[in-house]
Amino acid sequence: MNLITTLILFPLAIAVLTFLIRNDKIRGAIVTIGAACIALLAVLVTVTYFQNGITFSYQGEEAISYLIMVLEVLIAGYVITIGIRDKKYIVSVFSIIQTPLILWFELARGHEIEVAKDMVYDKLSGIMVLIVGIIGSLICIYAVGYMRDYHHHHKEYAERKSFFLSVLFLFLSAMFGLVLSNNMTWLYFCWEITSLCSFLLIGYTKTEEAKRNSYRALAINLGGGVAFAFAIVFIGIHYKTLELSVLTSMQPEAAVMIPVFLLALAALTKSAQFPFSSWLLGAMVAPTPSSALLHSATMVKAGVYLIIRLAPLLGNSPVGIAVTGIGCVTFLLSSLAAVTQSDGKKILAYSTVANLGLIVICASIGSQEALWAAILLIIFHASSKSLMFLCVGSIEHQIGSRDVEDMAVLAEVSRKLNLFMFIGIAGMFLAPFGMLISKWVAMKAFIDSKHILSVVVIAYGSAVTLFYWAKWMGKLVSGSNKKQKNDHKLSIHEEIPITIHAILVIVSCFAFPFISDYALIPYLTELFGKDAVIPIGTSDVNLMIMMLAMLIIIPISFIPIYKKDKRRIVPIYMAGENTGDNETFYGGLGEKRKATMRNWYLTEYFDSKKMLYIGNIIAVLILVLGIILLIGGLAK
Amino acid sequence: MLIIKILAIIILTPIVGGLLTGIDRVITARMQGRQGPPILQPFYDVFKLIQKEPIEVNLMHRFYVYLSLIFVILTAVILLVGGDILLAVFALTLGSVLFILGGYASNSPYSLVGSERELLQMMAYEPMVLLTGIGFYLADKSFFVSDIVKNDIPAIVYLPGMFLGFVFILTFKLRKSPFDFSMSHHGHQEIVQGITTEYSGKDLAVIEVTHWYEEIIAFTFIFLFFATKNPISILVGIIACFLVYFLEILIDNGFARMKWNFALKSAWIVTAVLGSLNLIILSYFK
Repeated sequence: MNLITTLILFPLAIAVLTFLIRNDKIRGAIVTIGAACIALLAVLVTVTYFQNGITFSYQGEEAISYLIMVLEVLIAGYVITIGIRDKKYIVSVFSIIQTPLILWFELARGHEIEVAKDMVYDKLSGIMVLIVGIIGSLICIYAVGYMRDYHHHHKEYAERKSFFLSVLFLFLSAMFGLVLSNNMTWLYFCWEITSLCSFLLIGYTKTEEAKRNSYRALAINLGGGVAFAFAIVFIGIHYKTLELSVLTSMQPEAAVMIPVFLLALAALTKSAQFPFSSWLLGAMVAPTPSSALLHSATMVKAGVYLIIRLAPLLGNSPVGIAVTGIGCVTFLLSSLAAVTQSDGKKILAYSTVANLGLIVICASIGSQEALWAAILLIIFHASSKSLMFLCVGSIEHQIGSRDVEDMAVLAEVSRKLNLFMFIGIAGMFLAPFGMLISKWVAMKAFIDSKHILSVVVIAYGSAVTLFYWAKWMGKLVSGSNKKQKNDHKLSIHEEIPITIHAILVIVSCFAFPFISDYALIPYLTELFGKDAVIPIGTSDVNLMIMMLAMLIIIPISFIPIYKKDKRRIVPIYMAGENTGDNETFYGGLGEKRKATMRNWYLTEYFDSKKMLYIGNIIAVLILVLGIILLIGGLAK
Repeated sequence: MLIIKILAIIILTPIVGGLLTGIDRVITARMQGRQGPPILQPFYDVFKLIQKEPIEVNLMHRFYVYLSLIFVILTAVILLVGGDILLAVFALTLGSVLFILGGYASNSPYSLVGSERELLQMMAYEPMVLLTGIGFYLADKSFFVSDIVKNDIPAIVYLPGMFLGFVFILTFKLRKSPFDFSMSHHGHQEIVQGITTEYSGKDLAVIEVTHWYEEIIAFTFIFLFFATKNPISILVGIIACFLVYFLEILIDNGFARMKWNFALKSAWIVTAVLGSLNLIILSYFK
């Protein structure tokens, strides 16, 4: 059994163990050690195979395929039953369509098709393995501490921690399988497992809302699964292959574009693009670690991963244009919708949808620069977003709210969380942090490939992004001068993952030239068959690193100046009516009134419901247009 | 050689910026039928501010102003030594965001409203600034200022729409009416002095100097529209800058302050129409 098989099966073993063990302390230890081992395994796999990559098949391939079929039938049975039980017939219908279809195909046709490479580990899967392995396992460790607090705060929900933690590990295992499988029936199986896992996680609290949202997530993702299943059958019957790598190296002729379209459709559902974004926005009812996992390292990244794989076939084809269009609409409108939100988790959710839109644009344009930006966006987005989710989760327990307006008091409660949250936000939109570097290259890639619409969209989208992040940052700094009053202890299980995340966000910015040199450039060179170059000039890279160094060094160097320079402190200006405590003023009748300060939300312009509605309509139109173009291409 | 150049930029930029502000004040005064202060008045003001007793409302908020100045200086250096125009835009954005955070950190109602408005202004003008940088790239095949100034044909030939759009949003950057609602040089507005309400003495001087740098940065963009490898173009560029500046002063004196709603809508529409159309048409020919 080689390392890669171990990487997939080990989380599965941990999942079973955590499910069986009901003692809190022992389970906590197993989760922590297991997660650390997974991270270590991911690193080990990287060290061993990253340079040359590896492709292989299993001896008992047939047996594995039969095992997968059995599991698929079991899962389908489960989904169909619960669908009928809870009167959510749509999930049953989707299951009834796809599982028999795949079974028929596998039994009737599938076994004739030779699969040369079941598993492919190349540089792209390598990067994904590292993201899933490191960020995913940090989230699992965090979940141990978080869930303890969670049930302390929410006594109304039944405690199913074992189940929750075990699903997290199952999710990681499926994610590893997904990025490493080249055999599309296996990939499809892992794809369905992630859908099921997200359903189980979202529905954790068993409230009405959780139930509704989890079924929506399942329905949309199974819908994507149906498209995936049809794509496999089409490819299998027409081209006698089941390998993703064979599909992506075909010529982009009209007939090939049908499965590509279906796969892209599946990817769009998983990446929560318009018109399929509602499931991710509803996924926030779940405990925070699962949101962090869905939004950063797993699930949504599976969708964009598939689009990056399909990139050579997209480009300027009708399917490529349709996908780019959907990415544009999603990026712009969900950025606008984020402006109107004050719930921290909602802002994060809309921003995830927006950033995935950006990744989708980059991947579907498919030029060398665009793919460079897309992969870098995945890396930076995963680390920053995960950091922010973990912070918001802990903040909610510390100050009893996740509303941005309440975060002005955060500095009084926990300086550390305040700082880490600040780093996370800075990582999302400011120079010289990662997301901005990727956006910059994306902009260059769009203009080089003459996608003017995408250029305009990214210009507006970036400005809007700046608005909603900066006002959140403002709330965080507005309390920074206050004395720390009562430091709630952060549990060690929460503090360590958050700290490592914050370090990752900063270090990855310093390290991006290396990531580019050792991973992106070789991968793109191989993919395009000609020498790729880093899209940012060396002088610019140096300047960026200098800026980052300045941002770290200057605040520290201010400390001695501050120590020396003692100034007179005066009350703030309140039009002469300050009562002296900087918080209240004398009102018209001489009574003391509290000055409350709120951010702007511009609801009259960018109401989120309206944005989603418009976005969904445009996205559906684009999809229809894509289908028409596709059929037109076939008829030619 | 590069170090001398950078030092010269750091020292000379605020001097020129301060002089421009002085000229502005004289012209404004003449338009209003006043005598006006001497041209060197902005410098006198800054020196006076530095001598004032330092007072503050809390320990944190001045820190952001210093940090902001450093990144605005960096922007000026990047632009004037011929660096990447988009990187300059990003560094300037970082400087502006830090300045806004300073307003938040003072935790005062007037500063906060100022910060919010400044943020809104940024959202209004940022798309146009980004599109301008991209426009230069499309016209001159390079993001580097050193390459843009070596062209045969001035960029304005390809980018007339961009130029008009940029002049429109320049009003935000120069803090002129009708778009000076986050803080204005005239203290009698409904939110007192906006972001700068709680700053005094040295810190206010720093903000003033930052603004001088920002003025020069803004006019560097205007200059780039006219620059070619022909030396005469330098003169043309400078004259264009002065004309644009005169126009801005005229607008400043001719218009009352608008509401933020109008600022956001108009800036975005101007960007969409002039900027995007220019880009689309240019991409067909290039």
